[in-house]
Amino acid sequence: MAAHSAVLSVSKIINPFWGGRLGNTVKVFGTTLTSHRNKTQRAPPPAKYGGRHTVTLIPGDGIGPELLNHVREVFRFSCVPVDFEVVHVNSALETEEDINNAITAIRRNGVALKGNIETKHTMPPSVKSRNNLLRTSLDLYANVMHCQSLPGVQTRHQNIDIMIIRENTEGEYSSLEHENVPGVVESLKIITRNNSLRIAEYAFRLAREKGRRRVTAVHKANIMKLGDGLFLQCCREVASGYPDITFDSMIVDNTTMQLVSKPQQFDVMVMPNLYGNVVSNVCAGLVGGPGLVPGANYGRDYAVFETATRNTGKSIADKNIANPTAMLLAGCMMLDHLKLHDHASSIRNAIFTTMNENRLHTADIGGQGTTSEVVQSVMRIIQSKGQLTAEF
Amino acid sequence: MAGKAWRSAILNLLGKLGLSINGKDKIKPQEVSRVVSAFKNATPQSRTFTQGMQTVTLIPGDGIGPEISVAVMKIFEAAKAPIQWEERNVTAIKGPGGKWMIPPDAKESMDKNKIGLKGPLKTPIAAGHPSMNLLLRKTFDLYANVRPCVSIEGYKTPYTDVNLVTIRENTEGEYSGIEHVIVDGVVQSIKLITEQASQRIAEYAFEYARNNQRASVTAVHKANIMRMSDGLFLRKCREAAEKHRDVKFTEMYLDTVCLNMVQDPTQFDVLVMPNLYGDILSDLCAGLIGGLGVTPSGNIGANGVAIFESVHGTAPDIAGKDMANPTALLLSAVMMLRHMGLHGHAKKIEAACFDTIRDEKVRTQDLGGNSKCSEFTDAICQRVRDMD
Repeated sequence: MAAHSAVLSVSKIINPFWGGRLGNTVKVFGTTLTSHRNKTQRAPPPAKYGGRHTVTLIPGDGIGPELLNHVREVFRFSCVPVDFEVVHVNSALETEEDINNAITAIRRNGVALKGNIETKHTMPPSVKSRNNLLRTSLDLYANVMHCQSLPGVQTRHQNIDIMIIRENTEGEYSSLEHENVPGVVESLKIITRNNSLRIAEYAFRLAREKGRRRVTAVHKANIMKLGDGLFLQCCREVASGYPDITFDSMIVDNTTMQLVSKPQQFDVMVMPNLYGNVVSNVCAGLVGGPGLVPGANYGRDYAVFETATRNTGKSIADKNIANPTAMLLAGCMMLDHLKLHDHASSIRNAIFTTMNENRLHTADIGGQGTTSEVVQSVMRIIQSKGQLTAEF
Repeated sequence: MAGKAWRSAILNLLGKLGLSINGKDKIKPQEVSRVVSAFKNATPQSRTFTQGMQTVTLIPGDGIGPEISVAVMKIFEAAKAPIQWEERNVTAIKGPGGKWMIPPDAKESMDKNKIGLKGPLKTPIAAGHPSMNLLLRKTFDLYANVRPCVSIEGYKTPYTDVNLVTIRENTEGEYSGIEHVIVDGVVQSIKLITEQASQRIAEYAFEYARNNQRASVTAVHKANIMRMSDGLFLRKCREAAEKHRDVKFTEMYLDTVCLNMVQDPTQFDVLVMPNLYGDILSDLCAGLIGGLGVTPSGNIGANGVAIFESVHGTAPDIAGKDMANPTALLLSAVMMLRHMGLHGHAKKIEAACFDTIRDEKVRTQDLGGNSKCSEFTDAICQRVRDMD
C-alpha cells in the first residue's frame, strides 16, 4: 500500500516530465486506489488512447460542414480532450460504400456527431436515405429531444419543457415498399413488440432519472388498431412497473392541436417514428425554431448526436447566417455522454449567456448576428471564466 | 299533351335541374318560371343550382349533434336561405352478406340530394363495425377533405392572420385499414398509395385553388423516406401542376411544414397531402385558429356528392345541456352554401356569426363565455334578421 502511494506521490512530481510514459499506469493504479481510499476525490473519466476520446464526425450536406467546423473550433479553443475522425458521405453516389465506412467508424469509436445527409429524390428508390441506414444499422433505437423555452428567445408560448422520445428504427420508416400492380404502391409500417417495449422502457427510465412526473404516449390506435394498438399496449405494460410516474395516452391529431394551444401540459412524450417526426418538429417550432434544439440518437452500444430537426439547410449554407446553437448544444450533449461534464457545462453556459444575456441572435430567431459572431462570443465567454483555453 | 303527361314532363325536367318537388304538391307557377329563368341565365360556374328550394340531407349525429343541427336550421330559417332539410340517421346496419353499411334510406337521400350536412358521429374503438365516418367515406367515395382555416376575429389565439386550406386525400394512404399480425409480436400496417387517387386529389386541389382565387398549392410529403409511395403522390401532383400553370406549385417535407407552420402560418396557402399527414396537419391548423369547435370542413366525393360536417367530437359530457357551440357546424353549412353558389346567404350568415363572436357578449363556454347554445343561436338569428 505504502509503495503504491509512494509511486503515486512520486509520479505527481515527475509527471510533467514523464507525462506520457508513466501517466497511463499511474492513472490505472490511481483509479483503483482512489476509489478505495478517497471517496471524495473524483475518479478521472473513462478515457481512451491517452486521455483523449475519438469521436466520428460526419459533416453531411448543407449547413452541416460549416456548423461542425465551428463546433471543432470551440472544442479546440476550450481544450476539450476530443479528437474528431472525419468521415465524408457523398449523397450523390448511389453505392453504399461511403455510409458503410461511416458506420464502421462509429462502431469503432462508439460516439458520433453528424450533420444531415441529403436524400436526393432523383435517385432510384433503391437508394435509401443515408441517415435512416445509419440509424437502423447501428440500432439507435431512441431519439431523444429536449425542448425548453429559452428566456432570451421571443416565442408565442412560454414555459415549455417537453422531452420527446421517439422510436427511431421501425414504424413507417422501415423503407419496405413495393409496387405489385402498376399504379398501386404499398408501403409497410412495422410495429414490433420488442421495439415498443424497449422504447417505452427507455422513456420511463429516462423520466425517472430526470425526475419527470408524466409520460404521454402518442398514437393513432383508433384507426391503426393492431399496429398502434400494440405500441400502446406495450407502453401500458411498462407503465405498470413505474407506479410513481403517471401514464396517459393521446391521439396524434389531438396532440398537435393541444401543442399549439397549450404546450405547457406536456411533460415526457413517447411515440412511434412518424408521429415523432411531426411532434418533434412542432415542438422545435414552438420553442424558437430548428436552430436551437439539439437531438441525440441512443442505441445500446452507440450514440450519435445531431440537431433535433435534422435539417440540411441548403438554402442558407455557407452564408454565415445559420444558427450554431443546435449543433453546439449537440456537441455538449456528446460531452456529457463522454462524462466530460465540466467542459459540457462551460460551453453550454457560454451559449446561454450569449443568447439570453447578450441577446446575440442569428436571423432565424429575429436577430442580425452572423454565425461567426455568435461563435466568437461563446469563445470569449469561455475564456473570461478563467478556464484553460488555447490561443484565440 | 294531357295534363298528367305535361305535369310529369315538367317534373322530370325540374328533377334533372336538381329541384325536387314532392309529387303530391301543386307546381307553383312562380317556381317554374324561376327555374326556367335560372336555366336560361345559367351562370358559368362549375355548378348551376336552381334558385328554388334546394333539399339537403341533414345527419344530426350523436351527442351534441341534434342540438347544434337545430341551431343551424333556426339560423338558416332566419336568413331565409332556400334550403329544405331532410333528416336521416346513419347508424351502421349489417347488410346482406355480412358487410356493414349505412341504412338504405340515408344512402338514397344523399344520392338524390347530392349535398349533405353532418353532425358529429360516435367512433367506437372496439364495437365490431368500422368507424361511421369511414363507412360514409367508402359509401360515397368522399375522396377529398377540405378544411379552410381562417383566424376568427374576436377569438384570440396566439396565431393571427391564418388563412390556409388543407386538402387531404381521404380514401387510402395509411388509413387503408389493412393490418396483419405476421408473427406474434410483429404487426404490419399497409399504407396504400394509388396513381388514380393521387391524381384525383391533385386535380381537385388545383381546381379548388383556381375556383377560390388561391395563389399557390403546396404538396406535403415524406418522399425522402417513403420513396415509392410518396414519390408517386408527388409525381401526380407535379403532373397536375403542369396542367394548371396559373397556380404556383411547391413541395415541402412534412417536418418542414410542421416546423414552419407553428412559427409562421401565413406563408401557407393551399396544402395537398395524403391521408395521415392530412389528418395531423388539418388538426394542427384547426388548433391554430381555435380548435375543432370553430373549424368548418367539407368532404367532396365522386359523382358530385359533397358532405359538409363539423369535425369535433360528440362531447357526450355536455350533450343535452344547451352548452354546445354550433359555430363549427354553422361554418360548415356556410361552406356548403358557397359550394352551392348561394354566396349572398353564405356571406350574411358568416358575417352574423363572426360579429356575434367578436362582440364577446354572447359566447358559449368553449369560447370563454358562459352563454347557452340557444342564446348564442338567437343572437345570430337577430343579427341576420337585422341585416335584411
